[in-house]
Amino acid sequence: MRLTQGQFSFLPDLTDEEITRQVQYALDQGWAVAVEFTDDPHPRNSYWTMWGNPMFDLRDAKGVMMEIDACRVAHPEQYVKVLAFDSSQGFETVRMSFLINRPAEEPGFELLRSEGPGRRIGYTVRSYATGRPAGQRYGGETRHGP
Amino acid sequence: MNYVSTTLSTDQTAVDRVVGDPKARYRSGVLKYRQMGYWEPDYEPKATDVLAVFRITPQDGVDPEEAAAAVAGESSTATWTVVWTDRLTDCERYRAKAFRVDPVPGTPGQYFAYIAYELDLFEEGSIANLTASIIGNVFGFKPLKGLRLEDMRIPIAYLKTFQGPATGIVVERERLNNFGRPLLGATMKPKLGLSGRNYGRVVYEALKGGLDFTKDDENINSQPFMHWRDRFLYCMEGVNRATAETGEIKGTYLNVTAATIEDMYERAEFAKELGSVIIMIDLVIGYTAIQSMAKWARRNDMILHLHRAGHSTYTRQKNHGVSFRVIAKWMRMAGVDHIHAGTVVGKLEGDPNVIRGIYDTCREAHVPQNLQHGIFFDQPWAGLKRMMPVASGGIHAGQMHQLLTYLGEDVILQFGGGTIGHPDGIQAGATANRVALETMVKARNEGRDLWNEGPGILREAARWCAPLRAALDTWKDVTFDYASTDSVDYVPTPTAAM
Repeated sequence: MRLTQGQFSFLPDLTDEEITRQVQYALDQGWAVAVEFTDDPHPRNSYWTMWGNPMFDLRDAKGVMMEIDACRVAHPEQYVKVLAFDSSQGFETVRMSFLINRPAEEPGFELLRSEGPGRRIGYTVRSYATGRPAGQRYGGETRHGP
Repeated sequence: MNYVSTTLSTDQTAVDRVVGDPKARYRSGVLKYRQMGYWEPDYEPKATDVLAVFRITPQDGVDPEEAAAAVAGESSTATWTVVWTDRLTDCERYRAKAFRVDPVPGTPGQYFAYIAYELDLFEEGSIANLTASIIGNVFGFKPLKGLRLEDMRIPIAYLKTFQGPATGIVVERERLNNFGRPLLGATMKPKLGLSGRNYGRVVYEALKGGLDFTKDDENINSQPFMHWRDRFLYCMEGVNRATAETGEIKGTYLNVTAATIEDMYERAEFAKELGSVIIMIDLVIGYTAIQSMAKWARRNDMILHLHRAGHSTYTRQKNHGVSFRVIAKWMRMAGVDHIHAGTVVGKLEGDPNVIRGIYDTCREAHVPQNLQHGIFFDQPWAGLKRMMPVASGGIHAGQMHQLLTYLGEDVILQFGGGTIGHPDGIQAGATANRVALETMVKARNEGRDLWNEGPGILREAARWCAPLRAALDTWKDVTFDYASTDSVDYVPTPTAAM
């Protein structure tokens, strides 16, 4: 299955040039860009691992792209996303979020059903990959990077 | 009931003489509303006053100031005749004051009447109480041919007594893990007649294909063909399967509208037990029930969707009723999270400027006066959460560039027929909409000119996306280009559809 979280997952994977334009848009809005990665893509996993703090002081798309690339090279078999944080009143939250890397194989999620009283069913969504310990999911060990 | 049949004087000196003399003012009998003190052209509204602007159409021979005073009187303390018991109260303070009357540009016989209300006239946190005054008896008042509440300024002091949206745009997005693009939804069709099992099928297909939400229609409650528990159970099977197959958080607005508030609580509790992220109510349940459900939603971490069923009976015609921007304001105070607020380009009423004013009222932390958008007053929102507008009714993928331009990013775009009516099936319909949306957001962020390049951008994407190609071919000529009946008065009204 193809994980379709994020703004652009229904489109063909973004090229570096396309990612740069999106990063530039975020910077033009005054937002701080961040990079996060995970091997636990459960839809309710709010806390992917941060590739450093949001880059509050980096206002240059080229510099941001270097960080994005470094994360992607270090974790080629994990999900990597780019986020933009807006600190302005009324928002103070994420304004952009899109995937820029995904594992070659995406086994997806199992839907577990447990029958309850009446016709009620309790649902649990479980990632097939998280059956294995962190670091050993999606094509084996995490490489550390260049 | 309160009626006045006297001929109304325009002699201001005579009026001042009566207002200034308690003996004359409180002699038993009938006075002009002006003479009773409801017209105060020198009044400076206080920061704590509730302000309202009404469009008034006085009967022939009734002068506009007297008509405005009558509206002020009938929506606050007055009755048709003088009562001595006024003198037991601090009646000067409780009297609403009409303080300004402007002719409506280009519309002879109509006037905008501005009225200020003392804050103590209203119970804290109660839309029912606010509206019982402001749109109570006064709307049937004989000396007026028509009366329309155009806008209100709710003072911060009063706003702070309201909960506001149970969830709000920010928390909704964080909960759904969905950022940077409009959300996508669809109303299940046919609206009526599907069994629970068949209905859940449509939910599943639409969510699996790429939508974030599906939705019960306003009149799906608990009918013989599908009782509510069946619907809830099958819908949640569809939601959870689609979540597992996409890795995205999905939801379906389970309509809990019912005959009594107790029934609604029961249905809402069941939705919560089943793990639904969202429930839905209809505007016709009434302001008090809406506020009750908003409090329930806040207590139970539930997003609350409001379908504005019934509103067009009183919002659409300009000469009489209540403007939808006022309803939107009341609903943000009452505490709903989603509200249907117009599409501009779809099948339902929606002048672009009016819609802009309504969207601002839903989404902004501070809405400045903007007569060209129908906003008569500055309205700071005092930290009340922001409410997600919903665009629904006769929209399709081929309009994506217009929708994003007109409506922006914090909006839910609902394509019911535009999803389910797709020639290649519901999933294909959903995928077409999702691809069109992501393509357009990406292009906007890249700085492209959506208004002019939009159709070309969609065609480019349709080259690699067959479902989008089929959608564009099917609906390419569909527009709803009719004159709006509810337009703003301060600028010429542009047409919407291209």
